[in-house]
Amino acid sequence: MPSSGANPLFVEGGAGTLKLMAYLAAAIMLMAADHRGGYLTQVREFAGLAAGPIYRIAAAPAAFARYVSDRTTSRNLLIEENRTLREQLLLANARLDRLGAVQVENLRLRELLGGTRGLQLSVQLASLVGIDLDPFRHRILLDVGSRRGVREGLAVIDANGVVGQVVDVTPLNSTVMLISDPSHAIPVQVVRSGLRAIAYGTGEVGRLELPSIPLGGDVRVGDELVTSGLGGRFPAGFKVGTIETLNPDDTRLFIVAGARPAARLDRGGQVLLVWNSGDEDGPGFVGPPAEAGADPSRNDKQPANAEPSAAQDAGKEPTR
Amino acid sequence: MSRSRDSAGLLLATVLVAFALQLGPLPGYLAVLRPYWIALVLCYWLLETPDRVGLGLAFVIGLFADLLFGTLLGEQALRLVAMAFIVLRFRPRLRFFTVPQQALAIFALMLNDRVIVLMVRGLSREGWPPWEFWLSPLVALIVWPLLFVLLDDIRARLRGRESS
Repeated sequence: MPSSGANPLFVEGGAGTLKLMAYLAAAIMLMAADHRGGYLTQVREFAGLAAGPIYRIAAAPAAFARYVSDRTTSRNLLIEENRTLREQLLLANARLDRLGAVQVENLRLRELLGGTRGLQLSVQLASLVGIDLDPFRHRILLDVGSRRGVREGLAVIDANGVVGQVVDVTPLNSTVMLISDPSHAIPVQVVRSGLRAIAYGTGEVGRLELPSIPLGGDVRVGDELVTSGLGGRFPAGFKVGTIETLNPDDTRLFIVAGARPAARLDRGGQVLLVWNSGDEDGPGFVGPPAEAGADPSRNDKQPANAEPSAAQDAGKEPTR
Repeated sequence: MSRSRDSAGLLLATVLVAFALQLGPLPGYLAVLRPYWIALVLCYWLLETPDRVGLGLAFVIGLFADLLFGTLLGEQALRLVAMAFIVLRFRPRLRFFTVPQQALAIFALMLNDRVIVLMVRGLSREGWPPWEFWLSPLVALIVWPLLFVLLDDIRARLRGRESS
């Protein structure tokens, strides 16, 4: 403070306007550099290391509360929970077996077509760090980072459906943008009719929006939406949400559908990171599988691609 | 000399607690009510010890907060510097306000802060927030008297222990 020397009580303006301008300019320049992206990744990665312990401290009270509640849960409750979980596991296993059969068949058919891409999924379990970032920004923080192989762009799901995608990775943590974020979009497909659309976030946790559906599009309230797999970022077939409202848009030429996300975006302790093992090289390829013989160079690449991804799978648990 | 060092320790401790409060998990309906703790604590120190706390510290704390919260680098720095400047400008008056009057001034500051947030996020195309976005200044209005009395009390105790 320049004014602290004489008599700070009666000096008008404890802070110089020039100083203010300098700081504001610095802040705005930083924001511009950060927004344009790229320039500050290194800084963020470095700071991410320092942030880890602070996240842990902030999460400690909640972790302690959970520990206490775990400890004091009565035996009966645990037995009860165990029983329901067993039942669910049985059901899930039965369903998986059936899906397994379908997958084998599907794989064979795809081989006939000359491409196995997009079938092998790799997953990794991650926990939410028990902290709240700004409740008005749709971001959550995970306890895994680039040291555990997390990359930008991985899809994040929970038991019920798609949660979002990884947007920012530091060595120890990664930030996930939820599908409800206004700047997020996800390619979806109506299960019943196969109609494809794009679901945008609205900024409300409980609502997605699908604009620009043709008036003749086959979509009804209650229809389920799954990821279509187009664009290669989200693997196909994960639940996204349920259609809740259908309204004509301003031009009366299209329908705007509102959907409720299937995943529990606001709560939930653990999530899965999923990616197609076929595209370890990044989601570059977009489009339907090539027909046999149509593109020999792609066919040549397939075995080479399968090798490293199989090695990668050894560390994680591949799902079907 | 030892007293000023002591107070610096307290400053650091309160800022850390503010960070923890800001990050700590809350159920959804409470999370939207969370006041901007970091700004409130900084505001207290700006009013009480302006010779040590200035725009520079506000800027640094803001940058640190940006890194922790994953906001645009510089967003919170901008918010805190703007707030610090206003507080320092009006400090001679604010200091002699009664606590309720101060609380009202804090309310205005926090409202201003929300407007800045809206400007920054608008420019980076993050969309219009829901109406609950505007609740947190109201909570700050309620929290400020408690925070002020609590911090004053802690400082008085520390001082008392030293002199005895």
